[in-house]
Amino acid sequence: MCITCGCGTDEAHIVKDGHNHPENHHTHHHGHTHSHSHGHDHHHVQDRLLHLEKDVLHENALLAERNRGYFDAKEIVAINLVSSPGSGKTMLLECTLKDLKEDLSFCVIEGDQQTSLDADRIKATGTNAVQINTGKGCHLDAHMVLHAVQELKPKENSVLFIENVGNLVCPSMFDLGENQRVVIMSVTEGDDKPIKYPDMFHTSGVCIINKTDLLPYVPFDMDKAIENARKINPELQFFPVSCTTGEGLGEWYNWLKKQVRHLQTA
Amino acid sequence: MHELSIVLNIIDIAEKEAKKADAASISAIELSIGKLSTIEPVAFDFAWKHGVKNSMLEHARRITNYIDGKGRCNKCSTEFLMEALYQPCPQCGDYFSEIIEGKELQIKSLRIEEKIET
Repeated sequence: MCITCGCGTDEAHIVKDGHNHPENHHTHHHGHTHSHSHGHDHHHVQDRLLHLEKDVLHENALLAERNRGYFDAKEIVAINLVSSPGSGKTMLLECTLKDLKEDLSFCVIEGDQQTSLDADRIKATGTNAVQINTGKGCHLDAHMVLHAVQELKPKENSVLFIENVGNLVCPSMFDLGENQRVVIMSVTEGDDKPIKYPDMFHTSGVCIINKTDLLPYVPFDMDKAIENARKINPELQFFPVSCTTGEGLGEWYNWLKKQVRHLQTA
Repeated sequence: MHELSIVLNIIDIAEKEAKKADAASISAIELSIGKLSTIEPVAFDFAWKHGVKNSMLEHARRITNYIDGKGRCNKCSTEFLMEALYQPCPQCGDYFSEIIEGKELQIKSLRIEEKIET
């Protein structure tokens, strides 16, 4: 039973050190029938209209704000990494964690439908990580992140990467309480990706264009891709990188360090 | 397929509110869904059909109002019908606009049936 958030229906599991902790504290009791122990008879049924005007994602928004407050208080930069599967999120993390381990303190939440393969890759870099398995779920939500953070206990003044489930549609709707949302696309996916999946580019602040070492082999127009993304989000900041050759990673690292400094001086 | 988790969220809220009001059943639910909210109507209908089974919404009539997207240009303040996020302002052609309607995802109301004890 979850005492912190009174949570409901998740199938998500948090995996740390290879152990599975089922997170489904209580489930929906569908088909509930209203029973009375007192001896009255019911003869009439009366209709009543309840005006709710309630946001469907209200609960997620509250938990996201709770996460955000925790991150602010501990001066943690929380970054939600979103992309389609195979764009190189995990490899970008591996490079970042290895190259900046002397400069910054990191921990990682990995989101995948199945397996702890990604968390294992992150742990191999010497970084503390937990894996959330969403089961059939296609995105992380604020509630899963809340529990993963309780498990992970990130240090003050650190960077928390949250690698979302590889999916360019669903995760865009769910605020996790992050400070920054970073969308990653790769040159093998085509320069029309932003206008095909506009919501993710609309809600992100930074766009990393990965696998630039493959540019000579694919019909990808960098200017066109940036132009397409800017049609959706004129404020988007771009970092073309190659995690294979290391090209462009320096600028991404500088941006990251700036986020930590910004939080400390804010 | 985030539509299913949206349906489950709706069931959760509706059941909580109905129980709070001591309802015996829910006969109707009214939703407002913005056309820019990333909800795909066909996927939503499918998720609804299967998601509400064995819940208090199983036999409830669903009224879904899909709300048109509306943008306001940040440059010239023109308000316009926004069918996609990358639509430029029809007046000045700028892409820098704000969404003022069309992101809604709300339960407007529930019609419940109360038992009157006699």
